[in-house]
Amino acid sequence: MGRLVAIIGTGQTRCGRRDDVSYPELIYEAVKAALRDAGIEPGDIEAVVSGSMPPPMEGVNAPHLYWADALCAHHRPSLRVATCGSTGMSVAQAGYYHVTSGLFDIVLALGVEKMYEGEPQGTMTTVADPFFQRPFLAGAPGIFSMQCNAYIHRYHIPEDRIRQAAALISVRNHSDAFDNPYAHIKIKITVEDVLKSRIIAYPTRILDVCPASDGACAVIYASEEKVRQLGRKAAWIRGVGYAGDEHWFGDSDKVEWQAAIVAAKEAYRMAGIQDPLKELDVAEVYNPFTFQELLYYECFGFCGKGRAVELVEKKIVERGGKLPCSPSGGVLCTNPIGATGLQRVAEAALQVTEKAGAHQIPGARNALAHAMGGMDQLNGLMIIGKNP
Amino acid sequence: MSQPEYRVMEGVISLPYRWALGPVNTRFFEEFREKRIFGTRCPKCSRVLVPARKFCPQCFVDTSEWVQVKDEGTVRTWAFISYAYVAQPKDPPYITAVIDLDGADVGLSHYIGGVDFSDLEKIRARVKIGMRVRAVWKEKREGKITDIEYFAPVE
Repeated sequence: MGRLVAIIGTGQTRCGRRDDVSYPELIYEAVKAALRDAGIEPGDIEAVVSGSMPPPMEGVNAPHLYWADALCAHHRPSLRVATCGSTGMSVAQAGYYHVTSGLFDIVLALGVEKMYEGEPQGTMTTVADPFFQRPFLAGAPGIFSMQCNAYIHRYHIPEDRIRQAAALISVRNHSDAFDNPYAHIKIKITVEDVLKSRIIAYPTRILDVCPASDGACAVIYASEEKVRQLGRKAAWIRGVGYAGDEHWFGDSDKVEWQAAIVAAKEAYRMAGIQDPLKELDVAEVYNPFTFQELLYYECFGFCGKGRAVELVEKKIVERGGKLPCSPSGGVLCTNPIGATGLQRVAEAALQVTEKAGAHQIPGARNALAHAMGGMDQLNGLMIIGKNP
Repeated sequence: MSQPEYRVMEGVISLPYRWALGPVNTRFFEEFREKRIFGTRCPKCSRVLVPARKFCPQCFVDTSEWVQVKDEGTVRTWAFISYAYVAQPKDPPYITAVIDLDGADVGLSHYIGGVDFSDLEKIRARVKIGMRVRAVWKEKREGKITDIEYFAPVE
C-alpha cells in the first residue's frame, strides 16, 4: 500500500470553441487556476503528467514538448500519458502513482484538447488497427450505438422505455450544465426535443451525444505531509481502478462489460465500498452518450442487470436523489476529450471539498469519478473522499 | 459585448505508411481472396479466433491450428450510420455490425448491406440482432477485409 494522497487544487478552463487562445495558452489558463486554488508556486511542482487524444487531433506530435512552458515542466520529470477517451483518468491515476509511491510530494496532472483545430471523428477512426476494424468504424457514435443496441436486446428492455430514460438523461445533463461555469453546451431542452432530434447512428440522436470541445483541466496532488503543512482543504484519493479489454471489438461482451466491472470492483475494494448506491454521494460518470450512462449504472453496481432505466424513472440519479450522477452536466455537455476524464476527477474533488458552487451536492463525502477510452476498450475509476 | 476575432492558420499533414501484416495476416488474406475465412484455435481455451491470430490474447500462447469458418453467421449487434465526417472510411448511410460467424468464438466487425437504407423504419423492420447473414463477396478481390462487400440477410 502506498502513501495517502490528496488533491489540493483544481483548475478548469471555460470550454467551447476557444479560438481566443493558442494550445499552450489554454493549458496555462488551467494550470494558473490550479496553482491559485492550491495556494502554491510553480516552483513547488516536482513532476508533471499530461495527456490528450492521439496527436493528429491537433496536428502536433509529442505535444507535451510544445506544452512544456505552460506545464511548469522545466528541470523536472514530465510524462505524457494517453489512453484515448480515458486519457484524463489515466493522467489522474499516473499523477497519483507519482505521489503515493513516495518519490514526489507535489505533482501536477493536466489534460487538454482543442477539438476545433482538427477532425475529431477522423482522428478517432485511426485508433483501430488498419487491417480489420478500421474500415467499419463510424467515429465514436458507431461503437457506442452498437453497444447500446446489444444492451437493449440482451435484457429485452422495451425500446420506448429506454428511449424515454435516455432522453431524460439528456434533459437532466443539459439542465445541470447551466450551473457549471466551465460547461460548453448550455441549452434548454425537453424530452420532446431529444426524441425529435436528428438520428446520427441509430438509435443515437444528436441530443444523445456529447459535443467536441476545446478545454483544459489541471489537478494538483500532494502527499499527506504536504497537505498538513500547507493547511489546505483536501480531497483524498481513496480508491483507484483501471481495466481494459482486448483491442478486438468482437472479442468481448460489451453488455456485461468486464473492463468497466473489474475497474469499479478494484476501486471499491481499495476504498472499502460495499454498497456504492448507499455509500457514494455523487458520481461523475463518463457519459458521452445517454444510453451508455445507463449501462454504467449496472457495471458500477448502482442497480441490477437490465434495471438502469428504473434509476432514472425513480429520480435516484438526479440532484436531490440518492446518488446524483454528473451534476456538472457531464461529458454530454462538455467534452475536450483529453481533459474530460480529469474534469470528472476535478469535479469529484470539488464536491467533497464543498467547492462545487451552484451544482454542489450538499454534504457530499464520497464521490466517484470515471472515464472510458478506445473502441469500448478501457475504463478507469477513482473514489475521492472528504476523509482519507 | 462581441469578442475580438483572432487569426487561425490552416494546414494539412498527409503522410504515407506501410503496415507489415506478418505471416498470420498474410495467410489469412490469401485465403480470404479465395473466399475462405480462417480462424486459428487456441490450444489452451479452445476458442477459434477470427480473423486468425498468431496468439490468443487471453491465454497468451501461440495458436495451434488453422480452422475454416463459414462465411455465414448471426448478427450480434449493429448500428445504422447516418452522419458524415471528414476522413470517414465509407460514405454514409451504412450499417456497421458485429457478426458471429458459424464456427468462430469471437465476433467479426463488418458491414450489413443488401437492405433498403432509404427509410429507418424499413431498416428497423429488416435488421435484427440474432438475424442470419451471409457474406457477399466482391467480384474482384485484393486480399483485404473489404473483399467482402457486406453481409446480407439470409432469405
